[in-house]
Amino acid sequence: MSTNAAARPDFRHFLERRSFIEMGARERVRAVLDSGSFRELLGPFDRIKSPWLPLQGIVAQADDGVVLARGTLDGKPALVAAIESAYQGGSMGEVSGAKIAGALERACDECSQGRLILPVLLFETGGVRLQEANLGLAAIAEIHAAIIALRRYVPVVGVIAGLVGCFGGMSLAAAMCTRLIVTRQARLGMNGPEVIEQEAGIEEFDAGDRELVWSVTGGEQRHAVDMADDLLEDDADAIAAAIRNAFREGPTPERSRQIERYVDLLRSIDPNQPLDGKSLRTLWGRVPKP
Amino acid sequence: MSQESVLSRRGRIWFDALTDGAGVIDSGLRSVRVADAALGGEIARFIAVVPDAQNRFPRARAGEVGLDEGWTLARQVRAFAESTEDARRPIIAIVDVSSQAYGRREELLGIHLACAAAADAYASARLAGHPVIALLVGKAMSGAFLAHGYQANRILALDSPQVMVHAMGKEAAARVTRSSVEKMEKLGEQIAPLAYDIRSYAKLGLLHKLIEGIDADAPGRADVDRVRAELTSAITDTRAGSSDLGGRLTSPAARKMRAASIEVRLRLAEQWNAQS
Repeated sequence: MSTNAAARPDFRHFLERRSFIEMGARERVRAVLDSGSFRELLGPFDRIKSPWLPLQGIVAQADDGVVLARGTLDGKPALVAAIESAYQGGSMGEVSGAKIAGALERACDECSQGRLILPVLLFETGGVRLQEANLGLAAIAEIHAAIIALRRYVPVVGVIAGLVGCFGGMSLAAAMCTRLIVTRQARLGMNGPEVIEQEAGIEEFDAGDRELVWSVTGGEQRHAVDMADDLLEDDADAIAAAIRNAFREGPTPERSRQIERYVDLLRSIDPNQPLDGKSLRTLWGRVPKP
Repeated sequence: MSQESVLSRRGRIWFDALTDGAGVIDSGLRSVRVADAALGGEIARFIAVVPDAQNRFPRARAGEVGLDEGWTLARQVRAFAESTEDARRPIIAIVDVSSQAYGRREELLGIHLACAAAADAYASARLAGHPVIALLVGKAMSGAFLAHGYQANRILALDSPQVMVHAMGKEAAARVTRSSVEKMEKLGEQIAPLAYDIRSYAKLGLLHKLIEGIDADAPGRADVDRVRAELTSAITDTRAGSSDLGGRLTSPAARKMRAASIEVRLRLAEQWNAQS
């Protein structure tokens, strides 16, 4: 059998690669933390469920779709929160939102007393769970508050792997992260394409045009215009390594604080001129780091 | 024409009434009104997002929080917090926002980032010790409320049928959940977090004060004085408390309606450190 020798290592790597996207939330957290260090908080046996879904005839899952675990990263205390996209589209309800906010609040308390805990958020969410509407929105505001408070002590690292992506109020949480890691299968946006199409019309945004949708909110595009820090393949080991690397490199100025930079960038945009993902890359493309 | 399509003047009305036209600062945008005006014996920064029919971004002409609005809110909040760092002056967000701007261009240019920057600025000012108060005078919808108001130490609202809080506009939410506006309104009567009206929202324990008996569309002198007094009292209350949002879980209403949010935090505290 004649094989291109130079290509073989890549091919083997591809075969040996563990897909992160195919993992459920619990498996993802295990893949991120140091081996054997996973200790779940408020797991399914604690049975803290949504009090609101059963009132609407929907079966509530025992962990409300969020997995929280303490453990270590390179031996240092860490907290990982992961959203399960297979349950209610990864939507944020009262309990799932409170789990993330409450865990970040505790981590913040610890950090303020000099005991650093490295926080990691694995996003996979459409935003507020409409069946819990205002309590989901309130919980997201509390997640934002906790990220901003925690960021004073330690970098907050976010990951969007796909396939659901990160939308709605949780896209703001992703934007607040010190470091944001995405894959090519990730999507990041505030308003889902379907919602824009409904609100603003199909001529504004054709949600059925997959290529268009990816060229606006896809991970590769977000990375190319410097709205995400690391673009990775769907590889659990690579993602785990990038998270560790982000903590090693330490704090950087968060995008949500780079006001003058973005005010200037926006000023250069003429809304009367056509704009697509490709032309934005020319205008806002990331500058190679020296 | 549906009531939805009539531009709300509430934000502008209350901005003008509370500041009395004093201390207006050019934010660079007609849609973001800013003034440093007297309140309870000190100077406070008042900020409102208002409709601007000439907004250069067409999707942000009806009072939505768009790209320019998000970054301008962030800049105006941070500039005031930095310039009054020692005195820790209050910031008042006057809230009447129908939604974030929905558009393809908005997504491309990072509307999520613009809204995050505004929320970040309000939260950072709060953590630095500035009392941040949100006054809901009209709609407080979804991502727009997250960007402008939801990071406040205290949320106050006028008791008026046009004052609403929700995660998604009624029509859109009905379409997304394949339901009807009528069905959703019915469900909201039974399940408080699903309702839009401010009286239902008040039941959730997130509101510091529901201010009753105010003419929200044409406030008289007495109305304005009462709202000013409520704002001042909320500022005093804030200064006596902590800079986090923990106060949203302590009221009798919160203990009832957000019992699960409280339980999650209690159980987390129990399990935080490993038993060995």
